[in-house]
Amino acid sequence: MKPTPLITNDDTAHLAKLASLPVSPDRMAKLNGQIEATFEYIQIIQQTDTSGLAETNQVTGLSNVTRSDVVDDSRTLTQAQALQNAKYTHNGYFVVPAILE
Amino acid sequence: MLLDKSLTELLGRYRDLSIDPAEVIDEAYTQIEKHSSTLNTLITVRDKQEVLKYLKTLDPKLPLYGLPYVLKDSYATTELRTTCASKILDSYISPYDATVHQKLKDAGAILVGKGNQDAWGHGASTENSDYGMGKNPWDPTRVVGGSSGGPAAAVATGMSAFAIGEDTGGSIRNPAAWNNLSGLRVTYGLVSRYGCISYASSMDTVGPFGRSAQDIATVLSVIAGVDKYDATTVSHPVSDYLEQLSKSPKKLKIGLAPEMFGAALDSEIADNAKAFASQLEALGHELVEISLPVAEISVAAYYILAPSETSSNLSRYDGIRYGATRELFTQESMRRIMVGTYELSSGYYDAYYRQALKIRTLLIQTFERAFSLCDVILLPENPLMPPQLGELISDPLANMLADLYNTSVSLIGSPSLVIPSGFHRNGLPIGVQLVGPKFSEALLLSLGHQYQLVTNWHTRRPKL
Repeated sequence: MKPTPLITNDDTAHLAKLASLPVSPDRMAKLNGQIEATFEYIQIIQQTDTSGLAETNQVTGLSNVTRSDVVDDSRTLTQAQALQNAKYTHNGYFVVPAILE
Repeated sequence: MLLDKSLTELLGRYRDLSIDPAEVIDEAYTQIEKHSSTLNTLITVRDKQEVLKYLKTLDPKLPLYGLPYVLKDSYATTELRTTCASKILDSYISPYDATVHQKLKDAGAILVGKGNQDAWGHGASTENSDYGMGKNPWDPTRVVGGSSGGPAAAVATGMSAFAIGEDTGGSIRNPAAWNNLSGLRVTYGLVSRYGCISYASSMDTVGPFGRSAQDIATVLSVIAGVDKYDATTVSHPVSDYLEQLSKSPKKLKIGLAPEMFGAALDSEIADNAKAFASQLEALGHELVEISLPVAEISVAAYYILAPSETSSNLSRYDGIRYGATRELFTQESMRRIMVGTYELSSGYYDAYYRQALKIRTLLIQTFERAFSLCDVILLPENPLMPPQLGELISDPLANMLADLYNTSVSLIGSPSLVIPSGFHRNGLPIGVQLVGPKFSEALLLSLGHQYQLVTNWHTRRPKL
């Protein structure tokens, strides 16, 4: 069993970075306490012996649902539709933030 | 009010021309104008003249002809913006319709508005909305419940004839009980989720709110079924749920688990559920004791799987193809995304995510054993009556425990029908859950209907 993880301010800041969430300093402090409280509660799952149990990822009973590999026109967006909700477009393209300097 | 009538009666009266559907729509808009902005019920309202014009184009023979409805704002609609109660999607107009919306339109029903909710489904109160805290029509100083609080309040106040919510960990069931409505969490896979903004995909379900089990049956017959756009929909012969109601169930075994009536449960709610059980006994059913020592562990497993899935689902909101950027997530959503990010990280995946998936297997086995002893399980719905607005908003634990009796059912994919079962001494409504094996909706609805034929709790409306 793992010990209760102590979620430090640095951990919280790291999680915010991983999740790409810009968090203000005062909110960071509140989130830190709330995240720790959440983990304190969910530790109870460690007390249950699950050895020998398989994992259940989904409960439909279905497997390998496929469709024909053909274009479904009823679900195709026009270029204008695809762009209609983008804040920044250029010559019919989405504008994305630069990842290389 | 005309909108107090059952959907069956309204449809019959439209067909024999004794009620004009435009009058009912007029009544719904009167209620919207009176109450929606004070109770923060609807985020966006459709233009009334447009609706009345659209009504004239519809064929009166359609199964839900002319009935006004509200969708939770998590459903993509081409007519109205879809915000999911987050400013991130404040101006988002979907280029396509959710399948549930398309099916209702095809059946002749008319969208009148989009209901308030906790943003992204993150909450059990509708306080975590960027469009104002949803207020309870029975007591506007208290929360309406959630996350599908707006659609529930819309039906409770007669802004619509029925509404569609979304239930991941109790988001239909909790506000149904707190608004004196019937509400159905469907079997996972029974209703298409195409066009429903994803929260936790392994548990998200689409279901109706109505004034009775009978109204739920009417709507379910239209929205259930396989959809080629949702690969998780299951091929299952969809019966006419309304027709099934005419067969009153005889001598069912109703399972009661003492563990689900523990110290966390408000004593008056516990007494109410037991009185409900006695009423079922009086109807000829048999009460049997079962064991379900799973409430707390289910909440823990749910609060691992749901944040994990939502951290992945909400990663798409980067402000590039649609919506604003991520600093607009509420604190509640940020917390859930960060908790999920932690649980899925390589050092902790086995201890949290994988362990929760194994606990889900354990829950399935536990419920299978229970259903070998009974036909239907009776559970309380909410452990507590609705809190005052703002009282618990920054207490993550209190928020989690609001779903104490809901999450086990979500994790195993079973259906659960909530129906009104009486009133607390504070004047607010109480509901119970009837839980069945997968695809037992017809049975649950016929049992709920049987109860509602001999009781009238469900007919009471809030006095505003």
